[in-house]
Amino acid sequence: MTDRATEDELQALVDGRLAPERRAAVEQHLADDAALAARIAAYGAQREALRTQLRFKAEEPIPARLRIASIQAERRRVAKRRFVAMAAAVSWLALGAGIGWFGKDFAMPARETVVAADAIAAHRTFVVDATHPVEVDASREAHLVQWLSKRLGRPMKVPNLSALGFKLMGGRLLPTPEGVACQIMYDDEQGRRLTLYMRPGGAATETPLRFERDGSIANYSWLDRGGFGFGVTADTDAKRLRGIAESIQQQIGTAVSH
Amino acid sequence: MQWWVMDEIATVVEPFIPGLRRYAWALLRDQDAADDLVQDCLERAIRGWRQRRHDGNLRVWLLTILRNLFISGVRQKQRRGPHVALDEVSAPLVEPSQETYLHLRMVLAALDALPEEQRSVLLLVGVEDLTYEEAARVLEVPVGTVMSRLSRGRERLRQSLEPGTVSLRRVK
Repeated sequence: MTDRATEDELQALVDGRLAPERRAAVEQHLADDAALAARIAAYGAQREALRTQLRFKAEEPIPARLRIASIQAERRRVAKRRFVAMAAAVSWLALGAGIGWFGKDFAMPARETVVAADAIAAHRTFVVDATHPVEVDASREAHLVQWLSKRLGRPMKVPNLSALGFKLMGGRLLPTPEGVACQIMYDDEQGRRLTLYMRPGGAATETPLRFERDGSIANYSWLDRGGFGFGVTADTDAKRLRGIAESIQQQIGTAVSH
Repeated sequence: MQWWVMDEIATVVEPFIPGLRRYAWALLRDQDAADDLVQDCLERAIRGWRQRRHDGNLRVWLLTILRNLFISGVRQKQRRGPHVALDEVSAPLVEPSQETYLHLRMVLAALDALPEEQRSVLLLVGVEDLTYEEAARVLEVPVGTVMSRLSRGRERLRQSLEPGTVSLRRVK
């Protein structure tokens, strides 16, 4: 009994990990101690029982969801979903920033839109007026120009559209919150009327021609460098009206390159 | 990650999946929870593939991840309150048969009664065939600690499997 086995050696014996040179000594120890031998045998038996009980799990085929390929596919799917969610968040952020940045355009109608709306409203009001379509008629064109220039506070020009089939009828003044506006009316041989609406106000922004249609009525509006608004309106097709608008721009000197 | 890297991972990792599933099931005793744990483990492994030590033992690394996830999961559950797994064997031990120990069924129930640190040693060494050094690395303790846990765990298991002998014998 001089060469007793240590507890670690006894455990190693159970696990088959005992150093070969110690095997004989440890087995001798167990042969001399029946109780110890029983204990170690019990350890061996429980070890085998555990292995037996758990073997089925290791023998099962690997479930599909635990295959590396499917785990990686799931990772990619999640990453993609996160990316899409993040991209969506970024888009909403950008949209929010955009709304903030261009908010003025949503909060307040664009200047040209106001011009167009006013021009169309004035057109509708006065083209149907058979008796007083204008305040100052074409026979007093010089007076008309002077009068408009004085009332609008800037040198006004009355474009000549006769080459385009419209002759001057006359003009009138109209109120706006930003000051006096005017409407100049023309008609063609068929009695079709065309109006040129001009109004002050607005920032100094030059804008290209902007088309708007309201029922049968077509309108082109624009702003000049000083923010003075122009709107030409008629019951005609857009192409013809555009030619007229461009002619007016040239004559008034507010042509905008676009 | 490139497909050839994934291929490499599949080739070297998949042979260890049956053992990971067995260890996870032995810890949790619930099929779905165990496979969830293995899945978590594999996801971590793929994510951390470049960080693993190339000279290290892949199996030890995987088992370490699995066990750490299990431990933190248990802690989570403890915070959330008790949880009873579906196929958990929680019934008290019925009286053992005459010729005593090793009712195969009972060994798992007895194992469940052990503290996790002993359970893991018994499973890693006795079932997964890890060396004592490997088990020490998975459990992040010295080899000496592995040996003493192994000894205490086996003795407790033996006592619960043969209650008749408990009174007769003094544990070391």
